[in-house]
Amino acid sequence: MIHKTNRLSAAYRKLFRKTYLALSIVLCLVISVILLWTVSYLPPYGSTDTPTYNDVSGRYVNSGMTETGATNIVAGMILDYRAFDTLGESFVLFTALCSCLIIMYGSEFAIPPRPDKYLTEKDNILKYTMFVVIPMIMLFGIYILLNGHLSPGGGFSGGAILGAGLVLMSLTFGHDVVAKFLTPKRIRVISCCALGFYCLAKSYSFFTGANHLHSIISPGTPGNIISAGLILPLDIAVGCIVACTMYSFYCLFERGDI
Amino acid sequence: MALRFGENLAINYEEAVAIILFAIGFCMLLFHNNLLRKIIGLNIMDTGVYLFLASMGYIEGHKAPIITDPGTTITETFINPIPSGLVLTGIVVSVSVTALMLALAVRLYKRYHTLDLDEIYEIIEEDEENDIHN
Repeated sequence: MIHKTNRLSAAYRKLFRKTYLALSIVLCLVISVILLWTVSYLPPYGSTDTPTYNDVSGRYVNSGMTETGATNIVAGMILDYRAFDTLGESFVLFTALCSCLIIMYGSEFAIPPRPDKYLTEKDNILKYTMFVVIPMIMLFGIYILLNGHLSPGGGFSGGAILGAGLVLMSLTFGHDVVAKFLTPKRIRVISCCALGFYCLAKSYSFFTGANHLHSIISPGTPGNIISAGLILPLDIAVGCIVACTMYSFYCLFERGDI
Repeated sequence: MALRFGENLAINYEEAVAIILFAIGFCMLLFHNNLLRKIIGLNIMDTGVYLFLASMGYIEGHKAPIITDPGTTITETFINPIPSGLVLTGIVVSVSVTALMLALAVRLYKRYHTLDLDEIYEIIEEDEENDIHN
């Protein structure tokens, strides 16, 4: 009886695999041909006829600087006109971190925390190189974070560079060195404070009930480092969240623990 | 009815390359049994979408939307800033989704000691049969 069902299910599985393969090839071909056919009817590359180039982007480009105070129009767009979108992104990152913690931690299948293998190996060349390199990476990350409204960059890229610096530090000097100043509790407090600050700072338009475009915080002189209203604090908040999340992801996958 | 392609396929080479990247990622997603390769395929699909968005925002001869001289009146012309912002959103979501999928893959490996989907199905079937016969 058992043998019969096994043989049946084996034949069934073989048939299923063949059908699946054939259907996948057909699906891939159909989808790529349809998409390429659509591309061939799109307006020419680099022209102004593209459907995304409409009044909205014209408004952003022409009056973005006077309304938000940011010379980087993309930063002015994502942190002022469309700030709730960026708030959602920050929450996506935070939720992903929480979900990874739930999945990887505190269950019978979780990875047990491993001892630091890099701290025991005394590699002097690596350590002295990192003494020079890591401060530069951190400084570069902070520069990008603070100049988000003036030059290319902003909270997400600066935070990613800061997180990479933290990961490098943890790889070189061991997890305990980073854990001295970035404990799990502090990661939690920093992320929650940054998210809460972002929520409060952007919900003033709800509280005042006015059209969000007339901000009570003046945009300042465009081009100065302290300008652009709320964009600089919001950039710092986003950067803190991204740096903490990147470092926590690394710790979760490397050690199974923050 | 024959499928007639338009005239702009050669001019829109960047969008076409984005579609090909998307198709490569989609094939990886469908044809591979290993979960890690499926995740990499999904990331390649993401890359295709970013390339498509970035090339839709480009306008010939216009600059990146950063005002270099805020004192004077703006005489430069800029590309469309909206797709750039959308690509940023996409990157953040892709990072989060990748981390979540990798965490789930780690849990599956811990449970079944393999990442191959067929082997996982076989183990599940054997477990069910054992449950029925016991």
